[in-house]
This record gives sequence, C-alpha cells and structure tokens, in this order.
Amino acid sequence: MAQKTIRQALHEALAQEMRRDPRVVIIGEDVSGGAGTAGGRDAAGGVLGVTKGLITEFGEGRIIDTPITESAIMGAAAGAAVTGLRPVAELMFSDFLGVCFDQIYNQAAKFRYMFGGKARTPLVIRTMVGAGRSAAAQHSQSPYGIFTSVPGLKVVVPSNAYDAKGLLIQAIRDDDPVVFCEHKLMYDLKTEVPDEAYTIPFGEANIVRDGDDVTIVALARMVHYADEAAERLAREGIDCEIIDPRTTSPLDEDTILDSVARTGRLVVVDEATPRCNMATDIAALVAEKAFSALKAPIHRVTAPHTPVPFAPGLEKLYIPDADRIAAAVRDVHGYAR
Amino acid sequence: MQLNREALLKAYRDMVTIRRFEERVQDEFSKGHIPGFVHLYAGQEASAVGVCSHLGSGDYIASTHRGHGHSIAKGCDVVGMMLELFAKKGGLCGGKGGSMHIADLDHGMLGANGIVGGGPPLVVGAALTAKTLRTGNVAVCFTGDGGSNQGTTFEAMNLAVVLKLPAIFVFENNGYGEYTGAEYAVGSRDIAGRSAGFGMPAVKVDGDDFFAVYEAMREATERARNGDGPSAIEVSTCRFYGHHSGDAQLYRGKDEVRKLREERDCLQNFRRRVTDARLLETRELDAVDAEVAALIDQAVAAALAAPAPEPETLLTDVYVAY
Repeated sequence: MAQKTIRQALHEALAQEMRRDPRVVIIGEDVSGGAGTAGGRDAAGGVLGVTKGLITEFGEGRIIDTPITESAIMGAAAGAAVTGLRPVAELMFSDFLGVCFDQIYNQAAKFRYMFGGKARTPLVIRTMVGAGRSAAAQHSQSPYGIFTSVPGLKVVVPSNAYDAKGLLIQAIRDDDPVVFCEHKLMYDLKTEVPDEAYTIPFGEANIVRDGDDVTIVALARMVHYADEAAERLAREGIDCEIIDPRTTSPLDEDTILDSVARTGRLVVVDEATPRCNMATDIAALVAEKAFSALKAPIHRVTAPHTPVPFAPGLEKLYIPDADRIAAAVRDVHGYAR
Repeated sequence: MQLNREALLKAYRDMVTIRRFEERVQDEFSKGHIPGFVHLYAGQEASAVGVCSHLGSGDYIASTHRGHGHSIAKGCDVVGMMLELFAKKGGLCGGKGGSMHIADLDHGMLGANGIVGGGPPLVVGAALTAKTLRTGNVAVCFTGDGGSNQGTTFEAMNLAVVLKLPAIFVFENNGYGEYTGAEYAVGSRDIAGRSAGFGMPAVKVDGDDFFAVYEAMREATERARNGDGPSAIEVSTCRFYGHHSGDAQLYRGKDEVRKLREERDCLQNFRRRVTDARLLETRELDAVDAEVAALIDQAVAAALAAPAPEPETLLTDVYVAY
C-alpha cells in the first residue's frame, strides 16, 4: 500500500467523490485560485494545496472560486445542500468562523430539527485548525469544541492520512452538516492509504496504542505527542493506552469508558483551550459514568486559557507537548489516596 | 406571463388568504392559543403574491421572521401552518419550528427565518443548485429594509453577481426595522440603488399595487431563467400591525395605521382595479372571500383540536443524542 500525506489523502477523497457523484461541488476562497488575474487558473488549489488540480478535471462549475466572503460561502453551501447539491465548503482558517457563524450555527445545523425532519443538509465544511506556525491569535485556534457544542453538527478531527481519507468520504456521503477540522501542521504527515475509496464510520474511536496503566485520550496533532510520551513512559514501566476519538460529535463514549474501566486513570490531551472544551467534556463524561473505576483524579493537558501568542518561544509554551503529557501521566500513575 | 381570469382569481385568493390568516392569528394569539412570537404580514400581501405568481414548486424562496405571507403565496398548506403556529402535532414542522421557522421544502419554501439577514446567503445556494443541475429554477430572497442593512445581504448580492446566479432579492421596505424607521436606518434611503451598486438591475415598485410588483418580478424572473443573473426589487409597502403581535407601536404616528388601512390597502386596490377593468366581478371576489373564511375557520378548528407533539419527538430529527 502506498504511503500518502494527509494532503494527498484529502485530495484523493475529494476527487473520487466528485467522480462518483455529480452533486458534489467545492466552494470557497482560492479553492482553485487565479480567477480574474493575468496569470492562470489553479494558482493556489487551496492555500495549502489540497484542491490543486481539481479544476482541470471538474471545471469551474464544480470547483467554485468565491470572493473573500465567508458568510456567503457558508450560507450558499447550506442553501445548496438543502436543495440538492452536496457541497464541500472551505472555511480556510477555522478562526474565520466569527464572520460566518450564523450560517453554520443558526442555519445549517438547525434545518433538520427545526423543520420537523423534512430537511437534509449534506454539507461538509473543511477548515484548518491548530497552532505551531506563528500565525498568531487569529489564524491558530482549534475551535472544534465550539462546533461540537452545537446540536446538529457533526465534527471530525483526524490525526493521520488513512483516517483523513476515510472520514472525509464518510462526511461527503453523510446527510447532515459535518465540520471537518484539518490540523495545519499535519498536511505532510504520511501513512499508508489505500488507493480505492473507503469510509470510516463516525463515532468510532481508534485505539492507537494498547496499555493497562493509564488511558490517554488525545485529538489531532496531540495523538502524536501522546505517542511520543507513551514510548518514553513504556521505558519507565508505565503502559499507556491511547485513544483517538477521531470524531468529537458523535463521540465514542464506550471506547473511552471501557478503557478507563481497565486502567482507572485518565489523561485528556487537547491543543484547544480548557474552558467548556473537549478535554473538559471528556473529563466530565468519565467522572460521571466511570467514577467508581477511577483510581486517581483526571488530568487535563491543554493550552492555557489565553489567545494563541505570536512569538515562537511563547507559542511553544502554549502548545501541549510530550513532556507535559508524560508529566501528567506520571502524576496520575503515582497518585495514591 | 399574461394574467388570465384564473390567475387573477388565484392571486386574489392568495392575498385574501394571507390577510384573513394574519387577522385570525392576531385573534388567536390574543386568546393565548399561540405560544412564542408572531410577526404579521397583513398589508404587504401584494408583494408576496406578486412575486410568487411567477414561481413554480421547483423554484425556491427564503423568507423572514414575517414569513406567513410568503409561505401561503408559495403554496404551503394553510392548515399545516396553523397547526404549526399552535405548536401542534401535524404542524408543517411537527411543532418544532413555529412561526419563525415555517418551512416546506417540497414547495421550495426554504424557511421563515429568525435571523434578519439569514436568508440571503441561503438563496445564493439554492440558485447555485439550480445553475449547477441546470433545472431552470430560480431562487428568491425575501428580506426587508432591516435585512437590507445586514452584511450577509451584501455578501449574498455580491456573490450572486460574481457567479451570475438565477437569484432575485426582494426587499420589502415597510418603513420599520423593529421599532426604528427605515428613514433613519437605511443610510442611503435607497435600497434599490444600493442593490444596483452590486452590479445587478434593480427597481423600486409600489407594493400597494399587485400589478406593479407582478410586472417587476416578471422581468427579474425572465432574466434569471435566461441565465442573465440576479436582480433586485425594492417593494414599498406597509405593515398593518406592529413588529410583533402585542407591540404597543409607540413609534408610530397618530392615526398612522388607520390611514394606511384606508389609503394603502393592496387588497382593496386589487379589487378596485379588476372590477373597474371588468376583469372580474364583485360576486366572484366575494365568493373567494367566503371560501377563504371557511378555510381559515377549518384551520383554526383543526389546530385547536390537534394534540401536542409527542414527548419523544424532543429527541428526533437530530443526529446526536448525548
């Protein structure tokens, strides 16, 4: 099986679904790029190149370049979805949700329920999350917790290329709005990815690593830091089980609860801020439903409750890393009542 | 499209249905039969009907918080609507939407909308579907003078022009955004002019005159169906009630509403026009009035008799139970 980057896996998923279903269209800023310029079309292919080349095969009727107009993009995608298309709308940086949240939060997410089950909204919003490029406070956030808090939205947070492809195809075929969060530092990360189309169901966590001492639940880029920490801890005699939920809505509660039932210890790792967010949500879930199994307090390893800083040194302090994860695991492992 | 007798009778029937529906909703709301908020459309009927007379069930509209008139004009079931307003089982949205979210996708009605400026971007999407799938359908956005000031509306108009979509923006200028005058809130005082600035043909028409709205919409619809892109229509109209039922209307002038009803009633204007021109006879119009009165009575009776939604529907029609 070929090794492919997340960028290639996403591109392949989009191309295969567009070939399979003429109702799939891509809409967003610079999804091809170069419209109205002296240079050629396909000048960008998405700011990080995921959609590069698609306009050659599918034309500008299906690879739809828009102005910088997030509300109109999200609203048009929602309106197109309820009337028969299956749009993949690009919200370039997830931080831009602030200028189009109504269309996601009040419109697309609510149609099905609010209209008594008579609307289908097969919409995918692809968006970049994550810090680590000194892109500062308005281009580095990880707001999937905000999306997860909205009933009616499904939320995908993949950590590798295999999952990215299968989950994106699933998202496109799903009849509900899906927010698909891509970590901007992981596009070049490679793993084995089948050439053919395949789906990964939502709400099924991936057990990245087996272990009996401590459960680590980690999302997106944090899965890789958790793995690095677990390697070190294994040499110290602490066996960690790492769970990657892959989707935060729906959330695979059973896999998390089953693991904590065995280990009795939980560390939740998330690059997002801690208040009202995934780490806190999962900690509450376990505290409520697996209280009797817990042998130690739950630890959350998250960003601080601050905006993302610009200076590389400050940003490094902001993002959780393997050291902090390992320290948290040692704490919960060594805890005695 | 020439208006034959049947088309004229249908237009009249739709306008009367809206008027009687709204008057009755006001009564039933006052009696406590309707929970929540209702925003009544009475006075503006010529706009909804003049526009929707050009639309088939495959065409789309998006509406506003003042959406009952658009829904009726687009062919939504009046009994189902009344059940929905009464929050009853069998309502158009199963009692889960209410007045501000009445929708009927089967009739191309993409929803009333609780968010001012929520609809215009959605209509761009519906127009994109029509263009992409080459259905020949058009998508119409109803919004108001209030909605004309929202950024979403500006973005929607620009994108519709950029993508040359079969979209039509209808601005019903009833003079008020909630409790504030359009004279104050619309900076240029010229919504049609502002729309033209986005690069689309735009006209201002007298919304008390069904035929003026009808004619403007005929041109806009032809342009859209011919692939010539979006248009805008500013409809000068008036609302006979407040922003919402129960609004004390302290912002309105003395006798303002009484004068509007006497001098600017689009329904009376229509009756006068068609009878003066001997297109329809008074007794035909009166017969329609009687039919509509019976329909509204039937809708209210059904709504009073219907049960509340089943408790288990709280958790249906949404994808994730937590």
